Amino acid sequence: MKYVEEFRDRTIAQGLARAIADQSDPREAYQFMEFCGGHTHAIFRYGLEDLLPANVRMIHGPGCPVCVLPASRIDMAIELANRPEVTLCIYGDLMRVPGSQGQSLLRAKSLGADIRMVYSTLDAIRIAEQAPNREVVFFAIGFETTAPATAVMIRIAARKRLKGLSLFCNHVLTPPAMHSILDSVDMRDVGPHEIGGFIGPAHVSTIIGTQPYELLVEEFGRPIVIAGFEPLDMMQAILMLVRQVNDGRHEVENQYSRAVTRAGNRRAREEVSDIFDVRDQFEWRGLGVVPNSGLMLKKAYAHFDAEARFAMHEVRIADNPACDCGAILRGAKKPVECELFGDACTPRTPIGSCMVSSEGACAAYWRYGRHRDYQVRAS
Amino acid sequence: MRVNKPTLDIENGCVDLSHGSGGRDMAQLISGLFHRAFGNEWLARCNDQAAFDVGAGRMVMTTDAYVVSPLFFPGGNIGSLAVHGTINDVAMAGARPQYLSASFIIEEGFRLLDLKSIADSMGEAARGAGVYIITGDTKVVERGKADGLFISTTGIGFLADGLDLSAEKARAGDRVLVSGSLGDHGVAIMSRRQNLAFQTQIMSDSAALHDLVAVMVRAGGSGIRVMRDPTRGGLAATLNEIAHQSRLGFRLQENAIPVKLEVAAACELLGLDPLHLANEGKLVAIVAPDVAEAVLVAMKAHRLGYDAVDIGEAIADDHHFVQIATRVGGARIADWLSGEQLPRIC
Ligand code: SF4
Repeated sequence: MKYVEEFRDRTIAQGLARAIADQSDPREAYQFMEFCGGHTHAIFRYGLEDLLPANVRMIHGPGCPVCVLPASRIDMAIELANRPEVTLCIYGDLMRVPGSQGQSLLRAKSLGADIRMVYSTLDAIRIAEQAPNREVVFFAIGFETTAPATAVMIRIAARKRLKGLSLFCNHVLTPPAMHSILDSVDMRDVGPHEIGGFIGPAHVSTIIGTQPYELLVEEFGRPIVIAGFEPLDMMQAILMLVRQVNDGRHEVENQYSRAVTRAGNRRAREEVSDIFDVRDQFEWRGLGVVPNSGLMLKKAYAHFDAEARFAMHEVRIADNPACDCGAILRGAKKPVECELFGDACTPRTPIGSCMVSSEGACAAYWRYGRHRDYQVRAS
Repeated sequence: MRVNKPTLDIENGCVDLSHGSGGRDMAQLISGLFHRAFGNEWLARCNDQAAFDVGAGRMVMTTDAYVVSPLFFPGGNIGSLAVHGTINDVAMAGARPQYLSASFIIEEGFRLLDLKSIADSMGEAARGAGVYIITGDTKVVERGKADGLFISTTGIGFLADGLDLSAEKARAGDRVLVSGSLGDHGVAIMSRRQNLAFQTQIMSDSAALHDLVAVMVRAGGSGIRVMRDPTRGGLAATLNEIAHQSRLGFRLQENAIPVKLEVAAACELLGLDPLHLANEGKLVAIVAPDVAEAVLVAMKAHRLGYDAVDIGEAIADDHHFVQIATRVGGARIADWLSGEQLPRIC
């Protein structure tokens, strides 16, 4: 644990806080988006906003794979799970995500659907081996970080000729989503929410490296710092962003050099590119249809594709109009600015997906940060 | 020599429906396994109830059902847990627990050897705590209708005159004491879950706390306002409960909150918060500031409280937030858990 404690040291944190305060120009507003929900979680869990000067603000981005999953994909999974021959394997996070009619996989399970919570793709293999007469479907979700494990599952399933196993693939890619955020019209219009730079997730970059972001900084002229998830990692990354803004630079910098390189993990990338192709387009909650932002099985593995095997159809469904998830995922609004926040929508009664996963911006704010708002309102 | 059905074959046998039928097999199970493990004068009389003497003062009664997965974990099993947990619920009133009842719902096919070791550790836990299991019940249900074994225990204890611990007694300025490191039980349980198995030296902290409570009461008297054992939902749930009942808030120092390195590491790995993890041998006490030091000293002198610390204070707060000053110098709240952190920790 020592290596973790070191990254939570109070004296160093305060030193970094002072450096950020010293180096930020009081006449400037610095607004940075942390793309990843893990970062959002850390900001609230350690109360990092308290360490930042008033003119340095964090905007909470979309980066929770559960948050960006459109309700229609949940509807599809529920429909799948309700087939008598299907055993659906999912990560626990997905259980409570509301579908378009407010239903969830948790509810489907309580009504009798065979849904199993798993902790790794290998669990799905084991379940498929133990039940050769069932159709075992793995609900794959996540960014570049979890895709290699799914690829390995398919490779093992192919080798073992597991006929009953298939994949409901919802893997998405980070750089195209960042591109879409920077490119969105609201982004250019919503002056006060303009994003001056990004904190990029270290775990994604351990796989893909820092290189895929180089085109982005070029095209949009915004700095990106790849950072780890400990409080000191984030403070340091914020300082690096402040310096880039001050210097008028826009580069990809790597705060997490202890595990991230420019090229990433070649083996993991190959594992993924052996099994998957990039989808032409994939729908993200809040961002809409984003080109080249999802993964799908290569032709050679198409027989593992649950969407084809069960002739599943995606129906695009509009989100609850009162839910501001979309604006929150793009950083155009803060959680408290949603009308439903804290009243109709809480982690116990989530309406939008930002409230479901503990990494979602609304849930993190509710769970760790809402005292701020009350104190502000009270004073 | 007997040629008909032998007595309980504990080594190789399983519980079957006949063990719950009320007939001879059931009698054999009860006397050969439970009575032997719990052995005391009340059970020996083999009645459907137990008559017992009551002490002076007020009586305290509590009941709890134990549904744990897995049934055996490092540092204990469902049996010792069912004894300690109920003793502690009685003890948190400041009372001295004395009698327990135990009711078993057993799934057909459950191994007698496992049942014996569970009953044995219940007997041991009760004897170790000076408490008697004086009545009980056994039901056997068909395979698939229970998850191996469920145990319910009811506890009765006696409270000295003048003591009345209750959440609404807490006042702003009161200190918050905890008796030791948090989350040990939760991590011990999780380390044995199928799917999740990971290597850890952490053992459940399952223990009977009434001795520690007695020592604290002697040191702090009526300055002790509230005591709770932070079981399911952990410290965060317990303090949120007290905050709502007392209409106060709390402000804690993250640095002061004791969590073992291994527990913290497991939490990192699994994305859990130690403040939400279950404990089975720890208590939280809200005490008046003028007795806090004396109570803390008394706790530290006890084997179950030697790691006791003062982690913060009760404050006036209309929102009843449990606030934490984080180790890096920010602030956050510790909320209730929404839904389950992971299914069925205890
Ligand atoms: S508070 Fe709920 S409804 Fe509003 S944006 Fe957040 S998740 Fe969506």
